[in-house]
Amino acid sequence: MRLPRFVLRSRAATYGFGGRPFVTPEGVDLRLTVASYTERMTAFILDVLILVAVLVGFTIVTLLAASAAKSRFLGEGAALIWLLGAFVLRNFYFIGFELRGQAATPGKRAMGLRVIARDGGRLTADAVFARNAMRELEVFLPASFIFARGAGVDAALIALGVLWSGVFVVFPLFNRDRLRLGDLAAGTMVIKAPKTALRPDLLQDAPATVGGVAFTAAQLEAYGIKELHVLEQVLRRGDRRTLADVARRIRTKIAWEGPSDAPDRTFLAAYYSALRGRLESRALFGHRRKDKYDKA
Amino acid sequence: MAELQLKSHRFRTEREADWRRLESLLGRVHRGGAKSLMPDELLEVPVLYRQALSSLSLARAISLDQQLILYLESLCARAYFFVYGVRSRPSERVARFFTEDWPGAVRGLWRETLVSAAIGVLAAVVAYVLVRQDPDWFNALMPGAMAQGRDPSATTAFLASTLHRKLNGHEALELLATFLFTHNSQIAIFAFALGFALCLPAAALIAFNGAALGAFLALFGSRGLTVPAVGWIMIHGVTELFAITLAGAAGLSLGWAAAFPGQRTRIEAIGQAGRRGGLVMAGVIVMLFVAALLEGFARQLVQPDLARYAVAAATAVVWGGYFYGPWRRKRP
Repeated sequence: MRLPRFVLRSRAATYGFGGRPFVTPEGVDLRLTVASYTERMTAFILDVLILVAVLVGFTIVTLLAASAAKSRFLGEGAALIWLLGAFVLRNFYFIGFELRGQAATPGKRAMGLRVIARDGGRLTADAVFARNAMRELEVFLPASFIFARGAGVDAALIALGVLWSGVFVVFPLFNRDRLRLGDLAAGTMVIKAPKTALRPDLLQDAPATVGGVAFTAAQLEAYGIKELHVLEQVLRRGDRRTLADVARRIRTKIAWEGPSDAPDRTFLAAYYSALRGRLESRALFGHRRKDKYDKA
Repeated sequence: MAELQLKSHRFRTEREADWRRLESLLGRVHRGGAKSLMPDELLEVPVLYRQALSSLSLARAISLDQQLILYLESLCARAYFFVYGVRSRPSERVARFFTEDWPGAVRGLWRETLVSAAIGVLAAVVAYVLVRQDPDWFNALMPGAMAQGRDPSATTAFLASTLHRKLNGHEALELLATFLFTHNSQIAIFAFALGFALCLPAAALIAFNGAALGAFLALFGSRGLTVPAVGWIMIHGVTELFAITLAGAAGLSLGWAAAFPGQRTRIEAIGQAGRRGGLVMAGVIVMLFVAALLEGFARQLVQPDLARYAVAAATAVVWGGYFYGPWRRKRP
């Protein structure tokens, strides 16, 4: 089935495996993963829920305090605290959290996201301020149009307003870095900051031979780096049926005549070791064989 | 064993301890903040970070172990965010903001500030002329809630009474000031954000603001109350109108950068304008806080016109000197 063109185009507009180029001041490319629109939307909704919950709790507390305090003076104090508190919450919840070391609001942290400066430098306070000030345009403006009521010309104007401000809401979908207006205005972006654990090297306890029989050079010529990486994933996942399937295919492809009673896992681990050894030593001499079609 | 001779494997066994060390230090920072590290451990992090970066470059060249490269990428990224993260002390940052960053950003916006002020003044003059010729314009130019009964149908005595009100007991001045502050700040932030849409909405917002002011002055002017009305407005208005003009200027610079980036790329231009605007806006909020204090307290407590003019002039001198004074021109 052929996918519609716009789907293909939107796929082409994302970075493939390996992430977005991001060069540190030391000149090393870190290949970061850009946070997706849904992840950011979810993080934002989480933040709004937290905000609303805090605001409701805050309102109840000040109301209780105001009613408990019989004097008018204290009641006014409660109203004052409420006004200021609501203002600070609305404007400084995001700014305050993003200025901390983790550069993420609780919602973003829950989704494993963080804000970074797009040019690889420090994330500065003015950037955080700018990116959150633009939220007025992306959230408050569309919301105020949507909740506005009118008839006749007013209704038409409101509809136009919804369309106009709606552009700002879906803006991140139309660029590769998923930048919203605030990111654009502040030179920031939101990335996924996953924590990957270091797992043992597959070479650790795998001899490159099966029952003492080594692979021939021709047998190791069958595949390139891409296939090696797939094999690595298969071995790390360790699903028995996939292992059996892959082992059968490789045995056929390289016309394996060595011991056939070796378990699939052992065979594949041995082949992985041998193949990686060969590809790596060839890479050292400048021949990086991309995949099995690469004749280099 | 033959496979242990693989360079990528030896490479990994030689460096793994350092990576683990960096990982554990970062883990402690993640849980307890930078304070949880001893001073010498803190110094260790950048060194380990650079080692990890060079390991990553090397691993990409010699190792085909994908998981190792993913691990190093994530480790380096986490260390990078720590090493290059926001880490100046809050007190230093605030001091720098007031002594250098904010006045510098405001000075950098002088062209937009002039344009923004011109739009506001022009709108005010037009509104003034219109209302003086035909008082019906007043209702079109002034939002109903802001007028609070001060419209052309009101008596001169009532209008005069709104300018000089005697305090009865303790009125809720703080509450008024707080309300004004939050309300005005929200509008200023909005004006800045609107500038992004190619200047026009921000310009419109400034124009409306100016028109309301012009209409107000025209109404009081038509009853011969110009002098007290100007005093009533300007005691806080110098600060507030300046702040709103700056917010509009920040918005205009953003829209201008989006429309005409010049030599830079559009994204770069918008980013620079946005960050400068963000600085200015943080200061605008401070200004509006001062304005609300003046409006909520000083205006009610200071009744003589002359004193009000004096306060207005003093604020004008203070802000003007602070932003554009000659003693701040050392840094480019």
